[in-house]
Amino acid sequence: MTVDDRFASLEPIGEEPEGIRSEIITGPVSDWATDFSHLEPEWAADPYPIQDDLRQRCPIAHTDRFGGAWLPTRYEDVAAIAYDTERFSSRSINMGNFRPPRDIAPIGGSPPISSDPPFHQHARKLLLGAFTKTSIARQEPATRAFCHELIDKLEGQDVVDAAAEYAQHIPMRVIADMLGFPPEDGPQFAEFVEDLLEGINLPPEDRITRMERLFSYLLTQVQDHLDNPRDDITSYLLGAEIFGTKLTADHVTGAMALLLIAGIDTTWSAIGSSLWHLADHPADRRRLLDEPALLPVAIEEFLRAYAPVTMARLVKEDMNWHGADMKADDWILLSFPAANRDPAQFDRAGEVIIDRQVNRHAAFGLGIHRCLGSHLARMELRVALEVWLERIGEFTLADPEAVRWSTGQIRGPRALPLKIS
Amino acid sequence: MKVQIGPERCQGHGRCYDLAPELFGADEEGYGQVLGDGLVPPDLERAARLAAANCPERAIDVEET
Repeated sequence: MTVDDRFASLEPIGEEPEGIRSEIITGPVSDWATDFSHLEPEWAADPYPIQDDLRQRCPIAHTDRFGGAWLPTRYEDVAAIAYDTERFSSRSINMGNFRPPRDIAPIGGSPPISSDPPFHQHARKLLLGAFTKTSIARQEPATRAFCHELIDKLEGQDVVDAAAEYAQHIPMRVIADMLGFPPEDGPQFAEFVEDLLEGINLPPEDRITRMERLFSYLLTQVQDHLDNPRDDITSYLLGAEIFGTKLTADHVTGAMALLLIAGIDTTWSAIGSSLWHLADHPADRRRLLDEPALLPVAIEEFLRAYAPVTMARLVKEDMNWHGADMKADDWILLSFPAANRDPAQFDRAGEVIIDRQVNRHAAFGLGIHRCLGSHLARMELRVALEVWLERIGEFTLADPEAVRWSTGQIRGPRALPLKIS
Repeated sequence: MKVQIGPERCQGHGRCYDLAPELFGADEEGYGQVLGDGLVPPDLERAARLAAANCPERAIDVEET
């Protein structure tokens, strides 16, 4: 066994991490302007009317849940906060009832998404090369072959779950290949994703147990890569340096966790939402079957209208921001989906126009934290839809009531029964 | 017509090289780069405007010469 001192004494988490805990408040929302929660079923089912209403009457909503949080709904405000890394920190980007200690900044638990300047640019630079459009293009043939395999498995069924049997598997397989994890570990990744992103209101001890599962898996992969170095991102991170020093163990495992988790349910959601739209809009579906060249334009519109990702920030110091009396450590729920439906920024913002030519959407964020995996996501989304349209062609919602949407900051269908024959 | 990218604004979304690959390319980290001298032939003026209008960071300047 190869020993790397950085990992020699590392135990998966164990004791409760230091930080700030707030009371867990659940239950129906009384008024979305003063008591919002992105974890309630009404929001999961259809957040857009709520966001549209808030944009007109607030436009920055507040809640006492999660220890205090704000929700801007105008494009202009979302953009301003995304650009303002002086006053809004990324030290946690997953809004819940736990705030990591302030001294975790500027690195944060999963660099570079959790990092602030000046450290951020160094952690990001390490990963940019692996995620350029050119690098990602190398994954396309294997992604396409895998999509075909998934469709082959649907043979003989009239109704399939396009979320669970198709969309989910595509980003899992691709990121497993890129990180150098065994492809058959996919089902475990689904559990990690659910643990981290959907278990927000669980008691702290349950969340710690769930985090341990993920980090002990990652440490197993680290050891395997120390013993058998190979050409993948895990081996690359193990050898990478910032300022001439190897990355800390926490940086390596944090970045691995980020790449594993952030790439999966986001793209799974984008593929699922796009198929959901096409199942429910026969004219759009037929147009794409007739004009496959329009797909890249349509994809940008699906990304705008059904942007899967909402980020979070923490307010650094007490301040009055655009009329909101913000306190240090208040959360900002940074809703790119709400920004993308602001009529001040987009014509016919509430409509899905699959040949929209001018589409300056913010689905991948704005500013220094632009989604590192955006080129990967676009490739997966395009290939997944191309193969589905080519192989399945005609499909409809088997039971609109049975469609189930995820809760939390990533939105997409988790059950999507489609009739395909 | 001439195009320029403001490097301090570009974040590597890549919309320019998706929409107008004749005018824009990517550097090794994925940031947008103007190919050649940035002068836009008449038949690519529409593509140049489209790329500028779709840049999420408003990093592309189009100058009518």
